[in-house]
Amino acid sequence: MSRFSSYRDFDWMLMGLVSLMSIISVLEIKSATLHTRFRGFDHKQIGFLLVGLLLMFLISRIDYHRLVDIAPWVYAIGILLLLAVRLVGTRVAGGKRWINLGGGVHFQPSEWVKLVLILVMARFFWGIAGRQPGWMDIAKAFALIGVPMGLVLIQPDLGTALTYFPILVAGLFLGRIRVRQVIVLLLGFFLLIGGAWMSGKRLKPYQMARLTSFIDPGSDPRGAGYQILQSKIAVGSGGLWGKGTNQGTQTQGDFLPIPYTDFIFAAFCEEHGFVGGVGVLLLYFLILMRLIENAQQAADMPGAFLVMGVVAVLLFQIVVNIGMVVGLMPVTGIPLPLMSYGGSSILFTFLALGIVMNVRMRRFVN
Amino acid sequence: MALIAKSERLSDRDEKVSANKLHATQYIVVLVLAVLAAGMWRLQILGVDSYRMLAEANRVRKQPVTAPRGKIFDREGRILVDNYPSVSCYLLREQVKDLSTDIPMIARGLDLPVEQIQATLRRYASSPKYQLIPLKLDITQDEQAFIEAHRNELPELETFDEQRRLYPRDGFAAHLIGYVGELSAEDLNSSKYDFYQPGDVVGKSGVEETYDEVLRGTDGSRDVIVDSHGKEVGQLGQQLAIPGKDLRLTIDLDVQRAAELAMEGHNGALVAMDPHTGEILAMVSRPTYDPNQFSVRLTRDYWSQIVNDPDHPMMNKTIQAQLAPGSTFKIIMSLAGLEEGVAQSMRVMCNGGGTFYGRFFACDAHHGMVDIDHAIPWSCDTFYYTLANKLGIDTIAKYATEVGLGQKTGIDLPDEAAGTMPSTAWKLKTQHEKWYAGETISVGIGQGAVQVTPLQLARALGGIASGGVLKRPHVVFPDELPPDMVSAIDSTFPGSGDRVVPITPENWETITDAMAATLGPGGTAGAVHLEGIDFAGKTGTAEVVSHSAGAKSLGTGNERANAWFVGMAPRRNPDIVVAVLCEHGGWGAEAAAPLAAQVINAFVTKQRQREGNILRLTNASKPAASPAPSPNGVPTASATPVVRPGAANASAVKQP
Repeated sequence: MSRFSSYRDFDWMLMGLVSLMSIISVLEIKSATLHTRFRGFDHKQIGFLLVGLLLMFLISRIDYHRLVDIAPWVYAIGILLLLAVRLVGTRVAGGKRWINLGGGVHFQPSEWVKLVLILVMARFFWGIAGRQPGWMDIAKAFALIGVPMGLVLIQPDLGTALTYFPILVAGLFLGRIRVRQVIVLLLGFFLLIGGAWMSGKRLKPYQMARLTSFIDPGSDPRGAGYQILQSKIAVGSGGLWGKGTNQGTQTQGDFLPIPYTDFIFAAFCEEHGFVGGVGVLLLYFLILMRLIENAQQAADMPGAFLVMGVVAVLLFQIVVNIGMVVGLMPVTGIPLPLMSYGGSSILFTFLALGIVMNVRMRRFVN
Repeated sequence: MALIAKSERLSDRDEKVSANKLHATQYIVVLVLAVLAAGMWRLQILGVDSYRMLAEANRVRKQPVTAPRGKIFDREGRILVDNYPSVSCYLLREQVKDLSTDIPMIARGLDLPVEQIQATLRRYASSPKYQLIPLKLDITQDEQAFIEAHRNELPELETFDEQRRLYPRDGFAAHLIGYVGELSAEDLNSSKYDFYQPGDVVGKSGVEETYDEVLRGTDGSRDVIVDSHGKEVGQLGQQLAIPGKDLRLTIDLDVQRAAELAMEGHNGALVAMDPHTGEILAMVSRPTYDPNQFSVRLTRDYWSQIVNDPDHPMMNKTIQAQLAPGSTFKIIMSLAGLEEGVAQSMRVMCNGGGTFYGRFFACDAHHGMVDIDHAIPWSCDTFYYTLANKLGIDTIAKYATEVGLGQKTGIDLPDEAAGTMPSTAWKLKTQHEKWYAGETISVGIGQGAVQVTPLQLARALGGIASGGVLKRPHVVFPDELPPDMVSAIDSTFPGSGDRVVPITPENWETITDAMAATLGPGGTAGAVHLEGIDFAGKTGTAEVVSHSAGAKSLGTGNERANAWFVGMAPRRNPDIVVAVLCEHGGWGAEAAAPLAAQVINAFVTKQRQREGNILRLTNASKPAASPAPSPNGVPTASATPVVRPGAANASAVKQP
């Protein structure tokens, strides 16, 4: 049976917030690419946003239960896509992350797999709902998330692989995992990290360098330490009110690396200061709160899981990216949702929001 | 179908997610975002000033604008030293990246050894970060291309256009002009360079050194805005560079050329001076070196080559060679003898020498009966042995000192030597011994302990010929310098300077006529006689090694006598005096006199040409340049019908 859905229930407030964020994003990308050879990226971003909007509407029409139902199939497709990347992906700057579809269109499966994993996680934990997860369940959950994580990790793409993890965490958290189990998991985690560090083989050199340069920015000469420092300089020199739109000297002078994606928030802070930065944080806050509210009002468990999965990923990306920009976290290649330039990121975000809309619109049980 | 059934079964469940947990996530969100905001606070509120500074440091760079060094001209405005444009590569250390990883690439691209770059970095380790470090000066076009091509990977490399010194080729006037070089660490420690910076280029010898302040100008700077690739995108402000002032030297390019040509193939020195003013007309020292080698960076090979050369190419022998003057000293002896009233009535029988104090002192000919009028042109040693014996060392020293022997002349060039004029006091002071009368004998012919520089001789003999008016030699016109510089130069270069020595007119005539006779038949330099020019002078053949049994010997190789000649024209109040030293040249008349004659000939010819031109153009007579206020009782040349004070004298036809 279909559930009643109405566009009156469409979350216009969330749309408003998201639109505001998108406008800021386009303007900031424009400023960040003004004097570079990436001019016109702001137009591309508008394109992505429009396509994203369209996809969002489309996916909100499909009953999310259907999506949850076909989760296993979608999962299989996702794994296949990740394998395809390893085989036919285009090699760019030391990694294979994209499949070239021709006509300048690149397809990054790892972003889409995020969505798939949210569906999978929702389905899995719904399946074991009603009881507390045993070790077998936890192991299965790890495996479900871990396999695609591993495939992405060896692309290599540490950043994106890490974003899968919060999905698992959200699932476990909401899935009534016991404190005891959490402690055991944490212990195991640290042991693993320690082992990886010792062997030094798990992480690529630049990834290791990113971690060490985070701990000691002065030690890494070029690359990551330099990036963090430039980011801090850009942010810090913005002061309270910023230097003004398009007036960011570090951004305009090309001192800030990759200002239109990874460091877009730094560019924004340089231009709009503490006030602007906190404003954006506030926007994210409102968006996240709204999402959680949608989760609270969800009709059933899978709906809530879906929304919280989205919340987990978004929050994780926000924290990791902005944390990096202000020097609290090491450099990772994780984009800032709704702000960073990038088709795959925008499309994922809008699809994820579409799923949230989906849940919201069907929150009234007939 | 099983799928749908399953979901229906599941959808029968009414469980919801724990509301508490959802609530908890809200708090987590707040907490996390607050942490981020705190991070921003730390940077933007607490650290805004230091990050602003860093932002500025990123993008504002102070670029030095080197002031072009003043050019150097001869007295007629013909260029001697110029600048040429050259590109140099500097290293910036403001960027936060560690430069040590770039060193191999830089070393390859700039063709520098890695250790040199490292050493340079160490040398500048303690200086402020914004200070540019010179990596390689005067880079080639290939190296320039390398830097441009690697702007992204090596933004710390910066190129600047600079001006470098271009000196005349083949060491022309090298000792007079000097050269420039970078200040060394020791230089910077001395107080002389208190206001200079490391890397500053200063004059290291000659005129470049003495007049460095005038020539160097003041560097300016530009505050430029750069992007992270070091590319200039704007300018904030600038301090204009003040170019150095050009310098006009007293030397005459034509006379200098003649002197350089004359000295070709000889080791020694030649200095030509205008005794009316002390202006140096030409200055040559041989062997010479190429100062262009110093313009950029001296190669170790070249440096060791010239430093180890036993003939001392770096030495300016006109002011630094201290050698026994030989018979040229007899002019001073004559002055002493005549002024003391002794020489006028002396008649000495020369039979190839004389015995004094139990030793035989040889003369290189049998001159027969010699009086003062003949002693000079014949250069009879016996006469002067006798005279020396009569006068005694202290009297000789008195007159010699008055005409400047044993002291610097005070020329405005660095490292002048003072020479030596022995006396009893001198010997007591320096050797703690009594002067023996026997030692005076050899002093009488310019041997023994007496040592002079060619410039001293030129000044002394030229002054005597000018009636006792001696001038401080100089290479730059004092009235073209600021007055405080003139007095600074005067005090930096003390010397005998301007002086008037009283000479009785008859004695003056005797000496000058006798010097003219030297260039006539029977005179030692008769072969070098210049037709139509009132050419006077004195030869000298100074033994390098004293020979036993009083025999005079010319010697061979490095033991060969030094050939001297001091010439002037005209004989009284000369317009030019030339002192020539040919090291190990043998006879003064043979080796040195012809060289002086060449130079004097060139000078007089030019003078006459000029007068001829002027006479044709205008009928006004040349302005009489009076040499000096007339010393007490000693008239200037106006007493003699032959000569008039002023520059036209040399061209007057010699009177018999």
